[in-house]
Amino acid sequence: MEEKIKAKVMDARRIKRALHRMVTEIVERNRDLNSLVIVGIRTRGIYLGKRVSQMITEMEDIKIPVGVLDITLYRDDFSELEAQHMVKKTEIDFSVGEKDVLLFDDVLFTGRTIRAAMDSLFDLGRPKSIQLFILIDRGHRELPIRADYVGKFLPTSKREIVQVHLKEIDETDEVLITEPIDDL
Amino acid sequence: MTFRRTPLLFDHQHLLGIEALTKKDIGTILDTAESFTEISKREVKKVPTLRGKTIINLFFEPSTRTRSSFEMAAKRLSADIINFNRQFSSVVKGESLKDTVLNLEAMQSDAIIIRHACPGVPHYISTFCRSHIINAGDGAHEHPTQALLDAFTIRQQKKNMADLKILIVGDILHSRVARSNILLLNKMGAEVVCVGPPALLPEEFTRLDIAFDHDLDRAIRGADVVMMLRIQSERQQKNMFPSLREYRNIYSLTQKRFRRAKRNAIIMHPGPLNRGVEISADLADSTKSVILRQVENGVAVRMAVLYLLLGGKEREITD
Repeated sequence: MEEKIKAKVMDARRIKRALHRMVTEIVERNRDLNSLVIVGIRTRGIYLGKRVSQMITEMEDIKIPVGVLDITLYRDDFSELEAQHMVKKTEIDFSVGEKDVLLFDDVLFTGRTIRAAMDSLFDLGRPKSIQLFILIDRGHRELPIRADYVGKFLPTSKREIVQVHLKEIDETDEVLITEPIDDL
Repeated sequence: MTFRRTPLLFDHQHLLGIEALTKKDIGTILDTAESFTEISKREVKKVPTLRGKTIINLFFEPSTRTRSSFEMAAKRLSADIINFNRQFSSVVKGESLKDTVLNLEAMQSDAIIIRHACPGVPHYISTFCRSHIINAGDGAHEHPTQALLDAFTIRQQKKNMADLKILIVGDILHSRVARSNILLLNKMGAEVVCVGPPALLPEEFTRLDIAFDHDLDRAIRGADVVMMLRIQSERQQKNMFPSLREYRNIYSLTQKRFRRAKRNAIIMHPGPLNRGVEISADLADSTKSVILRQVENGVAVRMAVLYLLLGGKEREITD
């Protein structure tokens, strides 16, 4: 599927600024940082989570553990998808029980990924609370889910695709809106 | 998390044998299994992936490991599984295999896991069934999930399968485990040497790139993996070697023999074990033995197979 780039909505500097603001919000809102743990949803949620963990350490001199969640097994659309997804490992080597879990993902769209992630977390323990950290909220929710920390609200059409690129795996930090080109 | 549509990971309707799989298919199953190992170590050993799917364990031959392993795999993926017991079924009243399967399938099963003494039964069933068919051993033909879990265990212990010398020792002729393993290891590029009495080494494998040896003491030198097999008395029509005692003297894996293999070599056995016949009891329990690791890995590998067959898009079957 070919796609064309319609707009670049964030560059490295803007992403950095947004993360700084969000880290301040996290620290302000969570009085007890000792009970805070970070869980990143594969793939880009992991890198956002790691960056934020590092930034909290620099700001408050405390280490926040980061775990990795693969939600493939909890998806609700198995029979609708044409493709199967490679199941990857969930790697959370701390207990989420009685913890304030900060859940990280790059884009919030229908909310189904977050629903699956929460179900998956409950199978691992009983968190005291779950907060949602999202870089881009693009609207079109299909479930009653909202984020606690949002980098940028980005109104989109359903046809458009929001691509978050992070330098850990994509060479550069940027957020793009693209659209598939119809091969007519 | 953004999802893109990609081609099917595993484009098979059934798992009838290793023969139909490509090297890439095998890699996909083993990689998926790797991800599933973590679930069995959780406090809640269950994910909702196959909720609402019905699986039938149709075993016409006895089994401890394979049947319970499939049952556990299905349950950890939240599928419903029914165990069919030949002894207490209408098969004893003369119901045919085809009718048995059709009746069970009429209850809307999604997958049938079958073990049967006749080679080719899983394939035969797949010709008239809607369900996904998984071969859990058909006569002396194939036992694909065993070969996959063996490969998974080898991969866990050793780095590159293509660099390994793997010995398969014993009753190769009657062993579906050996057959599936030979096919799989051959595809993965390992050096396979089959060792056993001449009468128990099938000639058909000479077309594959594998070696035969009748002398265990010679063949075991430099081996990375030694896979021992059981003498399948139930499948032998006539005596194929003079006596069990003679067999034991020549082919039993003892400490003395095993010392000739590589220092970090591992011992495998698909079970059931006949202690003191094909393998000495102390070796079976030694740190070199990965026999119980094989059993443990079996659950993850079978979860991967069930997920890859049942977890994707449902496709129409066309004749």
